[in-house]
Amino acid sequence: MSSTVIITVVTLLILAFSSSVILYFISQKFKVEEDPRIDQVQEVLPAANCGGCGYAGCRNFAEAIVNAENLEGINCPVGGPDVMAKVAAILGKEAVKSDPLVAVLKCNGAPENRPQKVEYDGAQMCRIKHNYFIGETDCSYGCLGSGDCVVACKFDAIKMDPKTNLPVVDDDNCVACGACVKACPRNLIELRKKAAKNRKIYVACSNCDKGGPAKRACNVACIGCGKCVKVCSYEAITMENNLAYIDATKCKMCRKCVDECPTGAIIEVGFPPKKVKVEVVEDAVQSN
Amino acid sequence: MKSFPAGGIHPSDNKLTAGNKIERLAIPSSVAIPVSQHIGAPAEVIVNKGDIVKTGQVIACSKGFVSTNIHSSVSGKVNKIEEIADASGFKQLAVFIDVEGDEWEPSIIRSSDVDSNITLSSEEIIKRCQEAGIVGMGGAAFPVHVKLSVPEGKKCDVLLINGVECEPYLTSDHRLMLEHGEEIIIGVSILMKALKVDTAMIGIENNKPDAIENLQKIASRFLGITILPLKVKYPQGAEKQLIKALRNREVPMGKLPIDVNTVVQNVGTAFAVYEAVQKNKPLFERVVTITGKTVAKPGNFMVRIGTPISTLIDVAGGVPEDTGKIISGGPMMGKALRNTLSPIVKGTSGIVLFPEEESTRKEVGPCIRCGKCVTVCALKLEPYLMATLSEKGMFERAEEEGVANCCDCASCHYICPAGRPLLDYLRLGKSTVLKMARERAAKKLAI
Repeated sequence: MSSTVIITVVTLLILAFSSSVILYFISQKFKVEEDPRIDQVQEVLPAANCGGCGYAGCRNFAEAIVNAENLEGINCPVGGPDVMAKVAAILGKEAVKSDPLVAVLKCNGAPENRPQKVEYDGAQMCRIKHNYFIGETDCSYGCLGSGDCVVACKFDAIKMDPKTNLPVVDDDNCVACGACVKACPRNLIELRKKAAKNRKIYVACSNCDKGGPAKRACNVACIGCGKCVKVCSYEAITMENNLAYIDATKCKMCRKCVDECPTGAIIEVGFPPKKVKVEVVEDAVQSN
Repeated sequence: MKSFPAGGIHPSDNKLTAGNKIERLAIPSSVAIPVSQHIGAPAEVIVNKGDIVKTGQVIACSKGFVSTNIHSSVSGKVNKIEEIADASGFKQLAVFIDVEGDEWEPSIIRSSDVDSNITLSSEEIIKRCQEAGIVGMGGAAFPVHVKLSVPEGKKCDVLLINGVECEPYLTSDHRLMLEHGEEIIIGVSILMKALKVDTAMIGIENNKPDAIENLQKIASRFLGITILPLKVKYPQGAEKQLIKALRNREVPMGKLPIDVNTVVQNVGTAFAVYEAVQKNKPLFERVVTITGKTVAKPGNFMVRIGTPISTLIDVAGGVPEDTGKIISGGPMMGKALRNTLSPIVKGTSGIVLFPEEESTRKEVGPCIRCGKCVTVCALKLEPYLMATLSEKGMFERAEEEGVANCCDCASCHYICPAGRPLLDYLRLGKSTVLKMARERAAKKLAI
């Protein structure tokens, strides 16, 4: 080998070696001290970075939870109780019991019940419509049907039904991250306690007008009559601003309020159809 | 002839009612006068159900500085004080009055003789404007006394008067300039006295040569008032564009006209100020244009505030059969009405009826990056960018791009070949960004 080659190789080797030594010392000197548990926690998180926990991504959640005193109020809705149990184990803290939630739309104003009065040809965004006017129907509280909630959902859990012009939640895909709740300019979507077999009982209305205007705008509106409040034996229903509200944590799903409601504003979902009593008409049978 | 250099569009004039003299609309049987007809805090009602009121009597009081009084436009009995659905269906508190006769407040001078003797001092003029409920008559309805009260540290050296009326179809200002030119010029002198300036420039677009001629003749008898004809271009009536056209000064982003030593007022406002100061007459009626290609009897009417819009439409021959939209204001910046029972307010400059074929918007397509919106923006903003950022919820970036400076003129929306609803997105961006700015300011105060 010629001397040029040897000199070149040796020079480069020396450069490489000294660079790596310098880099090593610099990386040690400027090392950011981080709690190793943050990495451990991040490992068990779903990595969806959806913001459903209220933090800016999974890493931010991991940092927050490692530095928190206890796990109260910090929850990953996508990972659910399994992931939270793992996180609690890593941190050596108690896992907090939290009920699974699901998104529920508090409006049932399909066109057959809530007729359209005007046409709108502006930009199709609920937030824009909400600022411009009360909507195409006479209910100024109800769903505007342009699907801001559908756009916001990252889990394919909410779709627009073209027949009713209302969004429909897929209970199995919904992780209750709250994106649709934030997207709705009229606050129509609520994260309610998820019951067995995806059963639900809720007041599917958000109209705060008095009974007359509410009913004129929509057939199935809550008219604030208060019958449901009276019939509930578990004090689960309250009335505020002409609108009834069922507390899902107190409701025992007896369905008395559903029967009592004169307009059909309270809906039951996921229950088997009620058995209809058949009365035998004796005289008619005998005369034949 | 001058104009503003950047941007602008040329929609068809359609000044169908330019030759129609102002007629007095008959007083309806009942009126509903909203307590919020101006920018700022709504006025507080001071009458009760059953009270007898006179025309020109105060029925709601100004609340705070940026607010103004509301007067009854009729004489009669207060029927109820309730919410009424406005043009968009939103509920507004209004005073409902059943009309009985037309008895005016005795302090109002009813003679129509033109009085050019200005006896009030500068401060008294500003106070009278607030008492009389005078707001900007160009449509924005900003309380005039606030504009005339130059803040500490700022100075005004020229008053600009907007006689441009750049919105297609509207002719109420044009007719005022032809039929009440002298009152307008005296009103301008009153405003000059209030602002303590000796120069006023009235800008009039040259599609109104008769108005230019009339006002030039009258203004020659007054000191310091010049009439400047301007090339027709929309939106020349926008404050910042008018200042650029008349004074060749640019109001910096985020700043107001007073920051370039200018105050701008509409000719209709000058007329209302004349009536308030010289005749002690508060603002309770205004000229409204009712027009449209299919309207049977279009015209310009002096209407009492609180008159239902349907009354005005009936006098013009009723709603034509194939009407698609009824617009309050002009076709560029006005709003399509959701119901015609809502009342005429201080800011209602016109009602335009459009046939179905002219009412539908273009089909929406994706942005083709042609840049026409950037070319026509008179404020040198980038509408395609701000609109898309607002649509996707990226409001911080929209704020950086200056969406809060957008003046809502809709030139970009008008010119877009892809039919994109730019104004809708820009308005969303603007309202969100302004809300964010208010929340930041509130947080700063709290700290």
